[in-house]
Amino acid sequence: MTRQTNTAIRQQCDRIDQLCRQALELSGSAGPLGIMEVCGTHTMCIARSGLSGLLSDNLKLISGPGCPVCVTDQSYIDRALHLAMECEPRPIIATYGDMVRVPGSGGSLAEARASGARVEVVYSADQAVEIALANGDTEVVFLAVGFETTAPGAALAVLRAHNENVPNFSIMTAQKLILPAMEALLSQEDVRIDGFLCPGHVSVIIGWKAYASVAAKYARPCVVAGFDAPQVLASVEAILAQLASGRTESASVYPSVSAEGNARALELLDEVFVASEASWRGLGAIPESGMELREAFGRFDAAVRFGLPDFPSREIPGCRCGDVICGRLHPTGCGLFGSRCTPRRAVGPCMVSSEGACAAAYKYGPHDRGPRQ
Amino acid sequence: MCLAVPTKIETIEGNRGTGVLAGNRITILLDLVPEVKVDDWVLMHAGFAITVLTPEDAKATLDILSEML
Ligand code: SF4
Repeated sequence: MTRQTNTAIRQQCDRIDQLCRQALELSGSAGPLGIMEVCGTHTMCIARSGLSGLLSDNLKLISGPGCPVCVTDQSYIDRALHLAMECEPRPIIATYGDMVRVPGSGGSLAEARASGARVEVVYSADQAVEIALANGDTEVVFLAVGFETTAPGAALAVLRAHNENVPNFSIMTAQKLILPAMEALLSQEDVRIDGFLCPGHVSVIIGWKAYASVAAKYARPCVVAGFDAPQVLASVEAILAQLASGRTESASVYPSVSAEGNARALELLDEVFVASEASWRGLGAIPESGMELREAFGRFDAAVRFGLPDFPSREIPGCRCGDVICGRLHPTGCGLFGSRCTPRRAVGPCMVSSEGACAAAYKYGPHDRGPRQ
Repeated sequence: MCLAVPTKIETIEGNRGTGVLAGNRITILLDLVPEVKVDDWVLMHAGFAITVLTPEDAKATLDILSEML
């Protein structure tokens, strides 16, 4: 960051400090206030820029369930492994690269691949359909994970398979919706969340007005930010300005986000998926927080096509990812952090994923203050 | 998986566009941005353009990315 940016950031931190004190005075509660981000890119940005260290002790920035890989429940990974290893003839598993190293109960997809499973990394859901078209005699299953940003791509892949009648394509969905998770987070009694720093690219799809219901119902400001430090600070300042004046609204400081979102994408999501209960690592089952294929597209559901069994939601022994994701524990509070669990030999998904809170805390050093030496 | 990158659309054929990302020619699916035209900037995420950007916003985002990566 340039010196000019540094000075601007310091001035902004001073304003934030002032607003914090006003907000606490108005609420009549003792600090610190808690602002939670729910986006892996924000997690990385906050850690990299050392923002937590610059801000007042009256304010805590908390990492929430923003990394799509980290929130994916163990039972989903176990199902994907079962599909990759136990189903005959073996299907091709097409997945985003972030998923291949995530450990399930019996290893990861990368390990399965080393033992002969057919795992292909794709950068888009459409590429998975292309693989199916090029391998007509082999089943291809796309692992549809992520939030509202990846879901339209999965919806389009299903529609393409439907329209072009691609019989050997299906998806295993763990697509998630961010708003029900935010509501679930607010029901935790042991984590103080006074406002949400909302994700930039999810909001490109859903629009910043989508958070209005959470802002009003729970009296928590929700402000969308882009993914660099000035944006994060602008959002934090906007949240605190609301709290200091007794308002709780949804808003955005990120110019790429509109109030209503991407109408075409939302239409597609509604056409292909229906909201359903989903399991989240750390948060458990949350009603209407997932996306299930509508009946009209049921033949593209890999769970049905392969008769996949349900797996229990296990925790990885010793790994506290569930607590980290919900903001109950800072990564350094996990007994395995930095000893048995490092990015090179990761135990849990929060360290495996490059956007995970544990990976961010490890890379950028003690208490997120500057790069680790 | 959360990150999206700005790309300039150079050609369009049906629902597919091309652009250049980090020196490589790439295909960008345009289904989510029906209004897109050649020479527009888009924000690309997991192979799909998710919104059209103003050139100013695209440049600002590219600057941030080059500082980050
Ligand atoms: S440090 Fe490793 S083991 Fe501990 S919570 Fe994070 S990912 Fe899990």
